[in-house]
Amino acid sequence: MSLLEVRDLKVSFDTSDGLVQAVRGVSFTVERGKTLGIVGESGSGKSVSTQTLLGLTAGALIDGEALFEGQDLLAMTDEQLRRVRGKEIAMIFQDPLSSLHPLYKVGKQIAEMIRQHEPDVNKAQARKRAIELLGMVGIPEPGQRVDDYPHQFSGGMRQRAMIAMSLALNPKLIVADEPTTALDATVQAQILDLMLRLQREFDTALIMITHDLGVIADLADDVLVMYGGKPVEHADRRSLYYRPHHPYTKGLLESIPGSTGAKTRLKPIGGQPPSLINLPTGCAFHPRCEYVMDRCVTEEPLLAAVGDKDGFPDLGHTSACWLPKEAAGLDAEAENLRQEAVALGRSADSPAATVVDAGEAQ
Amino acid sequence: MLRFLIRRILFGILVLWIVTLGVFLLFFATSDDPAARFAGKSATPATLALVRHRLGLDDPLPVQYWHFLTRLLRGDLGYSFATQSPVTDMIKQALPASLSLILGAAVLWLAAGIVAGVISATRARTLLDRGITLAVLLGISMPAFIVGLTLSYVFAVKLQIFPQTQYVPIQNNPLQWFEHMVLPWITLALLQSAIYTRLTRGSLLDVLGEDYIRTARAKGLPERRVIYRHGLRSALTPVVTQAGVDIGVLIGGTLVTESVFGLQGIGQLTVQSLTIGDLPVIMGVVLIAAFFVVLGNLVVDVVYSFLDPRVRLS
Ligand SMILES: Nc1ncnc2c1ncn2[C@@H]1O[C@H](COP(=O)(O)OP(=O)(O)O)[C@@H](O)[C@H]1O
Ligand code: SF4
Ligand SMILES: [Mg+2]
Repeated sequence: MSLLEVRDLKVSFDTSDGLVQAVRGVSFTVERGKTLGIVGESGSGKSVSTQTLLGLTAGALIDGEALFEGQDLLAMTDEQLRRVRGKEIAMIFQDPLSSLHPLYKVGKQIAEMIRQHEPDVNKAQARKRAIELLGMVGIPEPGQRVDDYPHQFSGGMRQRAMIAMSLALNPKLIVADEPTTALDATVQAQILDLMLRLQREFDTALIMITHDLGVIADLADDVLVMYGGKPVEHADRRSLYYRPHHPYTKGLLESIPGSTGAKTRLKPIGGQPPSLINLPTGCAFHPRCEYVMDRCVTEEPLLAAVGDKDGFPDLGHTSACWLPKEAAGLDAEAENLRQEAVALGRSADSPAATVVDAGEAQ
Repeated sequence: MLRFLIRRILFGILVLWIVTLGVFLLFFATSDDPAARFAGKSATPATLALVRHRLGLDDPLPVQYWHFLTRLLRGDLGYSFATQSPVTDMIKQALPASLSLILGAAVLWLAAGIVAGVISATRARTLLDRGITLAVLLGISMPAFIVGLTLSYVFAVKLQIFPQTQYVPIQNNPLQWFEHMVLPWITLALLQSAIYTRLTRGSLLDVLGEDYIRTARAKGLPERRVIYRHGLRSALTPVVTQAGVDIGVLIGGTLVTESVFGLQGIGQLTVQSLTIGDLPVIMGVVLIAAFFVVLGNLVVDVVYSFLDPRVRLS
C-alpha cells in the first residue's frame, strides 16, 4: 500500500465571478520515504490540491479520493483529520514570516504543537524538544533563540523554524509548498540541502511544490507537472529532465537558468496562464503552444504513456499532449518528429493557424 | 520599553502644551472683554481698568500666557464668570459622574461587542451573522436620546425597576450608585457595542485569512484554539486601540446620555458653559477633555506594547 494515493481529485470554488476550477482531476501516489515534486506556474493548482488533503481549503467543492495509509482523508471527520494534521502529515508554507504567528515566541509555537498531539508532555519537556529541534535545523544558540519572536529571526531562520516544527512529531509525510520561493538564492540552496538531509535522516516522504524545476532537480524521485489545474506530464525524475514530452514541461525546463547548456539563453514561456473560470477549449495549453495543431483546439488530450526511443510505451511516464508519443526529449531528433507532426496536423485555414497568428501578433 | 514609554509621555505632554496654547489664544480671540463680563454690566470705566489690572489683562500676551500656564500647573483654572466658583472645583464635581458612566459602559460595550463580533465572524454569512449585522445597523442608526428616553420610560417610570436620574457618588452609597448607573450604562453601551461588534468582526475576519491561521490549523490545533488563541489574540489589538481612544474622547463629553439621565458630568458642564459663554469653564473642560484623550492614547500605547512584541522591541 502506498503512503498516499490521490485519485482524480477535483476542487472548485464558487465565487461571485463564477466557478473557479482550481483542480480538475489530479492523481498521484507517494511512497514511504520518497519525494514527489509538483511543478507548475503560479495558479496551476499546486497549493489547492495539497491543502485540500488536510481540509485547509475552506469553502471548496471537493471530489475524489485521497487514501493516506488506506484511509480516505477527504471522507474523515474534522476530529479525525485534526489528528492527522501535523502528526502524520506536516506542512511547510511559502512565506515563513507570515506563516508564523507574530505574537508568540517561536519555541512556544513548536511546543504548542507537540503538546496538542502528546498531552502527556509537560511544558518544560516540550520546550526542551523545541530547543533540540531548533538546534537540529541549524539555528545557532537554540537555547536562547527559542524565546525569540518570529520577527527577530532572519528569513532563512524562520523557514528553518518551520522545518523544525514540521519534523516535531516525526510525521510520515511533509508537504513543502514552495519553501524556498520567498528566500534569496544562497539561503534557498542551504534550506534545500537541509531538507534533503533531514528527509533522509527521518525517512519521511516529501511532496515538494515549486514553480522552478531547478529546485527539485536533485530532490525528487517523481515529478508531476501541472497546468491549469490538471497534470500534463508525470514521470520519474530522469525521464522528465531528459525526455520531456509535453511542450509545457519543455518550456519549464528551458526557463531554468543554465539548464540546457550555458550557450542557450533563458527562454520563459510566452503568454498567460489560463483563466480557471473560462478554460480554453481542447488542450488548455493550446493558446501558448508553439506546436499547436488543429485537433488541440477542439479535443482535449488525456494522460497517456510516452514512448521510449524504440516507440515502446514507457508506462511510468505519461503526458497529455497530441504530439506523437515517441517525440520526447530536447534533442534534434525529437524536435524533427514534433515539426513533422505539426506540419501534418495544421491545415492552412485551421483553428490552430489562428492561434499561431494571434501568438505572433503579441 | 522604558524609552518607548518616556517617548510616548513626552509626546503626550507636547500635545497638551499645544492645546493650552490653542485654548489661551481662543480665549483672546473670542472674548470681547473678559473684564466687562467679570465686573458686570454697570461697572464704571475705572472699575473696569482695576478689574483688568487685577486679572492681569493689561500685561503683554506672552506674560499672560506664562501666568496662565503656571496657574494651570498648580491646578488653578481660574473662576467661572457665571458662578464665580473655581473652575477646578466645578470639574472635580462633574468628573466622577462622567468617569462612572464611561468606564462602566466601556466594560459592557467591550464584552458585548467582542462576543457578538466573534460569533458574527466565525459564522460569517450565516443567518445568525446577518441577524447581528442588522442589530448593529439598528444600534448605530438609533439616536442615543431615543434609546435613553425609552429605557428610562420603560424601566424607571413604568416598571420602576431602576431609579430615575441623578448621580449618586459611589463613596456615598455604592449600591445606589450602581442602580442609578445601570440605565445610562446600557444606553451608552448599546450604541458603542454596535460599533465594537463591527470592529471585532472585521478585524477577526481579516486575521482568520492570515497565513499563520492556516499554520495553526495545519498543526492540528482544535478550531476553538485556532480562533481564540491565534485569531482573537491578534484581532483584539485594533479593538483595544479603539477603546482607549473612545474612552478618552467620551470622558470629555457624552452629552446626550448625561442629560437624559440628569448626570451632572463634563458633557453637561460643557454645554452650560458654552450657552452662556463662560470662557474660563470652557477652557477648563477643553483642557480636561484633551487630557483624557492624551491619557487614553498613552494607555493604548502601553497596552499595545504588551500585546505586540514587535512594538515592544523596536
Ligand atoms: N479560496 C479560494 N477561492 C477562490 N479561488 C481560489 C481559492 N484558493 C485558490 N483559488 C484559485 O485556485 C487557483 C489555483 O491556486 P493555487 O493552488 O494556489 O495555485 P498554485 O499553488 O499552483 O500557485 C488560483 O487561480 C487561485 O486563484
Ligand atoms: S496538445 Fe497540442 S496544444 Fe496541447 S501541448 Fe500538445 S501540441 Fe501543444
Ligand atoms: Mg501555491
